[in-house]
Amino acid sequence: MINQLSWKVGGQQGEGIESTGEIFSIALNRLGYYLYGYRHFSSRIKGGHTNNKIRVSTTQTRSISDDLDILVAFDQETIDVNYKELHDGGIIIADAKFKPVCPEDTTAKLYAVPFTEMAAELGTSLMKNMVAVGATCSVLELDVNVFSEVVEEIFGRKGEQIVQKNMDAIKAGYEYMTDKLGERVGAMKLENADGQKRLFMIGNDAIALGAIAGGCRFMAAYPITPASEIMEYLIKKLPAVGGTVIQTEDEIAAATMAIGANYGGVRALTASAGPGLSLKMEAIGLSGITETPLVIVDTQRGGPSTGLPTKQEQSDLMAMIYGTHGEIPKIVMAPSTVEEAFYDTAEAFNLAEEYQCPVIVLSDLQLSLGKQTVQPLDNSKIEIRRGKLVTDELPEAGNGDYFKRYEVTEDGISPRVLPGTKNGIFHVTGVEHDETGKPSESAGNRIIQMDKRMRKINGITFKTPVYKNTPHAEPDLLIVGFISTRGVIEEALGRLEADGIKVNHAHIRLIHPFPTEEILPLVESAKKVVVIENNATGQLANILKMNAGHVNKIKSILKYDGNPFLPHEIHSQCKELFQIGNI
Amino acid sequence: MATFKEFRNNIKPNWCPGCGDFSVQAAIQRAAANVGLEPEELAVVSGIGCSGRISGYIKSYGFHGIHGRCLPIAQGVKMANRELTVIASGGDGDGFAIGMGHTIHSIRRNIDLTYIVMDNQIYGLTKGQTSPRSAAGFKTKSTPQGSIEQAISPMELALSAGATFAAQSFSTDLKDLTAIIEAGIQHKGFSFINVFSPCVTYNKVNTYDWFKQNLTKLNTIEGYDHTNREMAMQTIMEHDGLVTGIIYQNNERQSYQEMIPGYAQEALNKTDLKLSQESFDRLAAEFM
Repeated sequence: MINQLSWKVGGQQGEGIESTGEIFSIALNRLGYYLYGYRHFSSRIKGGHTNNKIRVSTTQTRSISDDLDILVAFDQETIDVNYKELHDGGIIIADAKFKPVCPEDTTAKLYAVPFTEMAAELGTSLMKNMVAVGATCSVLELDVNVFSEVVEEIFGRKGEQIVQKNMDAIKAGYEYMTDKLGERVGAMKLENADGQKRLFMIGNDAIALGAIAGGCRFMAAYPITPASEIMEYLIKKLPAVGGTVIQTEDEIAAATMAIGANYGGVRALTASAGPGLSLKMEAIGLSGITETPLVIVDTQRGGPSTGLPTKQEQSDLMAMIYGTHGEIPKIVMAPSTVEEAFYDTAEAFNLAEEYQCPVIVLSDLQLSLGKQTVQPLDNSKIEIRRGKLVTDELPEAGNGDYFKRYEVTEDGISPRVLPGTKNGIFHVTGVEHDETGKPSESAGNRIIQMDKRMRKINGITFKTPVYKNTPHAEPDLLIVGFISTRGVIEEALGRLEADGIKVNHAHIRLIHPFPTEEILPLVESAKKVVVIENNATGQLANILKMNAGHVNKIKSILKYDGNPFLPHEIHSQCKELFQIGNI
Repeated sequence: MATFKEFRNNIKPNWCPGCGDFSVQAAIQRAAANVGLEPEELAVVSGIGCSGRISGYIKSYGFHGIHGRCLPIAQGVKMANRELTVIASGGDGDGFAIGMGHTIHSIRRNIDLTYIVMDNQIYGLTKGQTSPRSAAGFKTKSTPQGSIEQAISPMELALSAGATFAAQSFSTDLKDLTAIIEAGIQHKGFSFINVFSPCVTYNKVNTYDWFKQNLTKLNTIEGYDHTNREMAMQTIMEHDGLVTGIIYQNNERQSYQEMIPGYAQEALNKTDLKLSQESFDRLAAEFM
């Protein structure tokens, strides 16, 4: 009996690899297991190796595992590329069609199952992935009927016969594999899960759902990996609440259209990845100087330029904090789990209206696309706060006078009216302006308006700017990270503790303005500090040093090969810090 | 009811004396009053350049954006509040150079707003460089030997992009210009109006006199039918684009907003922001 395992299915892109993983995961999620999936894919539609690595566990997990129990292969390349991940006693289940060869330097056992042939006999070779699911099911000693509900949902509209054939394919795979396994049956029997029904989604789903729950009713966006799912979800769901999405001609149109809509009084969103964010930079400055709310999601991927479009990286951080020419107030949030992605995106719309500035929700490919089991999301926790939005009737302004949209106030935030309001006419411009929005180049006014804008975010209230797991008053090590590294750090942390190293963990959720007061005591109390991030220059470490000092104490563990961190990498590299004693 | 005077504010334009843009400003103010708008019911979104300042010179809600982007901003404003009348306005550099992509896509998208280009065939605010509307051979600071690029033909472009309303006017002809802007505001869809608006400082070729000698009014062409797209295209080509009046109008095609499934009939900014628990549960259930 095992309580967790790692399963990977691989083949050529466009071969149904994704749906194999999908069916397997949905069914197991419904049984109450916690799933965590990460897809390896390329920037092409058909062809090229792709795989989907799925972790199944009876407790919540937010990380890819170091090794692999079962590899399901639809081609030899899948075996050759992935077999080294298999641990002792691992198995390869491969389509007999391509005459799979088991590499010599592995203890893993290969089972050739005629996926394609059996599927073809049952009606169509397209069902080969169902045979593979059935074979897996046999290894785990799951009842094949756990798949019947999912198969019904997917194929129901194609008719009862198709549903039956797909179930037959699963059963055929199950029986064939059970026969092949012989006395090995039961070696990987999965412990029963709790049967609780939980959400199973990618980070982008949670971002999109959070946007709707947070009052977003309009989105302007341009397709890009790995952000498009947000747009695709909202295209389907916004009409039910009166809203809509426009797929714009480019990224600049997406950002400026969202600005126009926010100015018009609708909570509007745009989402993109690095290349899109680079193009949106001038618009972000416009939102800043015109004090127009704007929520932007950046799902980071490998950069620069087109970079690694389908790979994990966290290298947009500096650009998101400082990006746009000139200086503006800006809020940058970095959710570290799918659950936080939901709540933070909803909250981003409140902050954008309260502080009247751009708010960037910083995600990364692993968080945005990693499909996983998610704890229940609570809609009743979502507040709608619109800051200094004026909804009362306004008194008549003096002859020719404009409403003071940029009135200088103590907290820097000015009352805001929406176009269409009687007696509320004001002017908005990206040119430096006075309190009524009239362009002004006067030195005195410049300082007054600049200071007014910049002080707005000084008093920002953010519920949990730093996620803390700090059991030790004087830890040997403080590990700092942001976004999707949360799960892998948690896993490595357990191993370090087992080695006798006292570890605290801080995950930064509000990147800008930086929560120095929250993080400084943690840095001070730790003997060593290491910042873990997916980029080559240690951007978060630099931000931490800039704000919290302790320049010599703060070290980096970096990975920028396009792949997420694995627990053993963090574990061993953290241990090295101690063995070498180089801090 | 508001008169055109209510659309005036106390800001003095920084345009050169004699600039064609003054008439465009006056025509927008008159057209807005003539169609029965109150100042707060109008939003003018403008680009960057001399012409871009226009949003600050009309008493209405005004948004002076970034170079080339007045159209996406204006479309966002209209999407947020379909009850507002939205006018987007900018120069030929704004609309046909840096913002050309938006011009073409706004035309084919057909959101109900009016786009007025103040076309002076030169970059004025940066002090005299060539524009996409400058004729081949036109000498400027950036083309000292004369432009070797072909000028854009705005009306040909509009028709090929699927315009439902395409018109041209000349800025001295206040009556005609006002009438065209009124027609543009009343058109249910994207109205594209190119106005020849001479730059008296940097364009010594395409002057008021030059336009007077070279422009043909469409209403003087016998049998001209502005619902006939083929005739429109042919007429523009025959006159090298130098015609004024409504060149083409299609009232059959619905505006973008009328075609969006589920889109709120009232202003979108009035819808409830709170998602009901029932709706949320329905959405969440799809992930189980």
